[in-house]
Amino acid sequence: MERMRYLPLTSSDRAEMLSVIGAGSVDDLFVDVPESARLSGPIAGLPDHASELAVERHMTALARKNTVAGDVPFFLGCGAYRHHVPASVDHLIQRGEFLTAYTPYQPEIAQGTLQMLFEFQTQVARLLGTDVANASMYDGSTACWEAIGMARRITKKSKAILSSGLHPHYVSVAKTMAKYTGDTLETGTPVLTAETDIDQMIAAIDGDTSCVVVQYPDILGRIADLTPLAEACHAKKALLIAVVTEPVALGAIRAPGEMDADIVVGEGQSLGVGLQFGGPYVGLMGCKDKYIRQMPGRFCGETVDADGKRGFVLTLSTREQHIRREKATSNICTNSGLCALAFSIHMTLLGEAGLRRMAGINHANACRAADRLAKVPGVKLVNDVFFNEFTLDLGREARPIVRTLAERGVLAGVSLGRLYPGEDALANGLVVAVTETVTAEDIETLAKALAEVLGEVLA
Amino acid sequence: MTINQSGWKPTSPEAKDGEVPATFTGNRALMLEEKLIFEIGDDKTTGVDFAEGDVAGSRLGDLSRKDPIGLPGLSEPETVRHYTRLSRQNYAIDLGLFPLGSCTMKHNPRLNEKMARLPGFSDVHPLAPVDTVQGALEVIHQLAHWLVTLTGMTSVAMSPKAGAHGELCGILAIKAALEKRGEGHRKVILVPESAHGTNPATAAFAGFSVEDIPATADGRVDTAALKARLGPDVAGVMITNPNTCGLFERDLKDISDAVHAAGGYVYCDGANFNAIVGRVRPGDLGVDAMHINLHKTFSTPHGGGGPGSGPVVFSEALTPFAPLPFVEKTGEGFRLVEEENADDHHADSFGRMVAFHGQMGMFTRALTYILSHGADGLRQVAEDAVLNANYVLRSLENTLDAPFAKSGPCMHEAIFSDEGLAEGFSTIDVAKALIDEGFHPMTMYFPLVVHGAMLVEPTETESKAALDQFIGALRSVAERAKAGDASLKTAPHFAPRARLDETLAARKPVLVWKDKAA
Repeated sequence: MERMRYLPLTSSDRAEMLSVIGAGSVDDLFVDVPESARLSGPIAGLPDHASELAVERHMTALARKNTVAGDVPFFLGCGAYRHHVPASVDHLIQRGEFLTAYTPYQPEIAQGTLQMLFEFQTQVARLLGTDVANASMYDGSTACWEAIGMARRITKKSKAILSSGLHPHYVSVAKTMAKYTGDTLETGTPVLTAETDIDQMIAAIDGDTSCVVVQYPDILGRIADLTPLAEACHAKKALLIAVVTEPVALGAIRAPGEMDADIVVGEGQSLGVGLQFGGPYVGLMGCKDKYIRQMPGRFCGETVDADGKRGFVLTLSTREQHIRREKATSNICTNSGLCALAFSIHMTLLGEAGLRRMAGINHANACRAADRLAKVPGVKLVNDVFFNEFTLDLGREARPIVRTLAERGVLAGVSLGRLYPGEDALANGLVVAVTETVTAEDIETLAKALAEVLGEVLA
Repeated sequence: MTINQSGWKPTSPEAKDGEVPATFTGNRALMLEEKLIFEIGDDKTTGVDFAEGDVAGSRLGDLSRKDPIGLPGLSEPETVRHYTRLSRQNYAIDLGLFPLGSCTMKHNPRLNEKMARLPGFSDVHPLAPVDTVQGALEVIHQLAHWLVTLTGMTSVAMSPKAGAHGELCGILAIKAALEKRGEGHRKVILVPESAHGTNPATAAFAGFSVEDIPATADGRVDTAALKARLGPDVAGVMITNPNTCGLFERDLKDISDAVHAAGGYVYCDGANFNAIVGRVRPGDLGVDAMHINLHKTFSTPHGGGGPGSGPVVFSEALTPFAPLPFVEKTGEGFRLVEEENADDHHADSFGRMVAFHGQMGMFTRALTYILSHGADGLRQVAEDAVLNANYVLRSLENTLDAPFAKSGPCMHEAIFSDEGLAEGFSTIDVAKALIDEGFHPMTMYFPLVVHGAMLVEPTETESKAALDQFIGALRSVAERAKAGDASLKTAPHFAPRARLDETLAARKPVLVWKDKAA
């Protein structure tokens, strides 16, 4: 191969460079590889290089095999939400100075990323109602687990109570990790009722409890005042961790920090990031001031340069793995920088007024959809209160109905059978998310299709 | 004639001879200062228009927000300008050579970005019915096939979110395998002292105790010391190959055999896979688990610090313990193996590490890159990366101290030390002066085994002309540091900021903006 489009060296460059090095051939540079492990040529069975056009054809063909959310009436949520992202967000994150920069370890030439992170931290802290926030985590599920670990370090206790309304994938991640850290997790599955499990959790807190983890709004879309739970936690010297998987909700409802949650984590995907089949997303994490030294992840902080000008640097890195090695607060070595940038730009475009309006539209659309769908024969609305997501009881197993509706070109929601396989009591549940991207026609299409399919099933 | 012949020149009132005048704005032509959004935005402005109409409906219980959140808004033109101005204060691969050792800052092809944004990938929900996302599952399956084949391993876990998350995945699989064998008492993980800091942090998280293995004078793992430490309490080793000194661990196969014979497992940190892709398969060296940083070897963008992606390849021995979920081919289509269907043939999985399926947006980019290069192109990637690094090493070994110059060829990165710099001068002074030369500095003070380490990884996407310019600049800066040029101590002189006070930042942390007027 003489030239591949991403490889600038020419054959004569290579020859000239080998002579400077004093090597006869490039193979001489691999002499330290034991002979038995050297591959003599390209690995068999794999295709050779391809033109941009050929690759584009291949990838486009794969993309066409998926149903695009924007092409159909679409009502899926449960931890990932479809919102309209202004065009300028994606344009700005593709500026090479953001896209192709590294972690800002050389702050003199990374003030763009650093100032953005400082703004992001402030936006996130204000949205979550916490004193501070870090520069982001991998995603909501890993941020949730990191918060449980943080509570253990702060309280020196290791029994965590996880709400039955916490996203089952988040519970699953925590269970995996707890096997290795020795934390005890109390978990449960939700009940298809309007009431959350806050009273049960309050009753379950005891002197060994490190933290209570509660999702707000929860997996069924229910919301409840966290203040009594925070009080109950603090009375037993436990921490309250609140998990927000839909940050747009916080444009309409009170922030968990305002209700005295100690650590608030979230999934920031809703703002700026897009669905992307589950990742990359951006974990949000904020806490009270007094706990910052136990917080994992990166922080950006304000300082001054040698000329006295304001500037920003990564700071408090003595908590982190590259300094502390085995004594670090976490092994995490990155954040989700570009997704944090997208989140921050979208939030800047919205501002207070835009976010509140967006949240208002989400809630109004959801109310409209809930009222309409509850009129479908055999369908009951489970929630009294919700933001942009609610649960329906279809009166029969929801999972096959979701599949049938998908065949008819309607993505109706997430069945609880998908999230809680084997839990018969939940099998009839369908979680429906309604954002500003949903139209009145979409709601009508779903209602009619659901009535038809249920009618067919009944018949 | 309209040419000024009077000799009059516009001057600033404060300008003195030989000094750059101050400006009213603080800007310097294209070097633009930018305030924070909290200083330029307000709570009324928004850059997003929503449909008119009332937003009635209140099923929020008594939880409606009453107090302001405190989020400033900007119009779209102000937003575009704010972030464009900020972007210009960043160095980036798109601007020039970015020789951060161990970070593999290669060109990020734009076709990757275009493909990731196809609506069929970007606008697809992770919990959509499996029949509606067959193309997404096929992408994961195709990428998995490439990764397994390129590494000569048995399987791959795609879900880890980044390199360190991948390390955790590998170590948890080792732990699960030991427990299955009833050997959960093996508590020690051996880590060479040149390892990335994430290695010991990961092992400690999983409840292992970490013991350092020394390096030999030639920059490789002390094989004899490692073998001597093996025994019934050792769970395994974490070893980086090529290592962080830029050298190939010649004895890795021998080490692997010894570790296996002693009942342990071999974790390989694959951060430096770029140097050997297509030339060496880690599976042939006895590796049991290795993470692959898609954002290094496979060109997904670093994005100013993430998102990364760290799939982990496994040997046959560890495959049964790999995490959920993963994608399986079933006749015509693909299915997800998750909690509900894992019991029938994947009951020993150690569990789930993330919500959903991993960094899909990075999978589409990495697969695009891999298909562009093909098997032959990827081999050329490793060859050119190694060639470029050796060219840097041999071009500078007479200027800077190269502690392992006699240890044979380097792989993807060349390492230098601060020995020979003038009294009081160190690596940081060389690095900051390189900024003034228009380059991002190399990795500084890592690995710890080399005093004042300067780790240079040029990658294969640099032309010879770019390398020659960098070599010239580093040679010039190094000569100045050896001669004790005091101006280096205050470098950079031409960056958006002079050296920043990191001590102040850590002593009095200011992590969020507060209105000082309030």
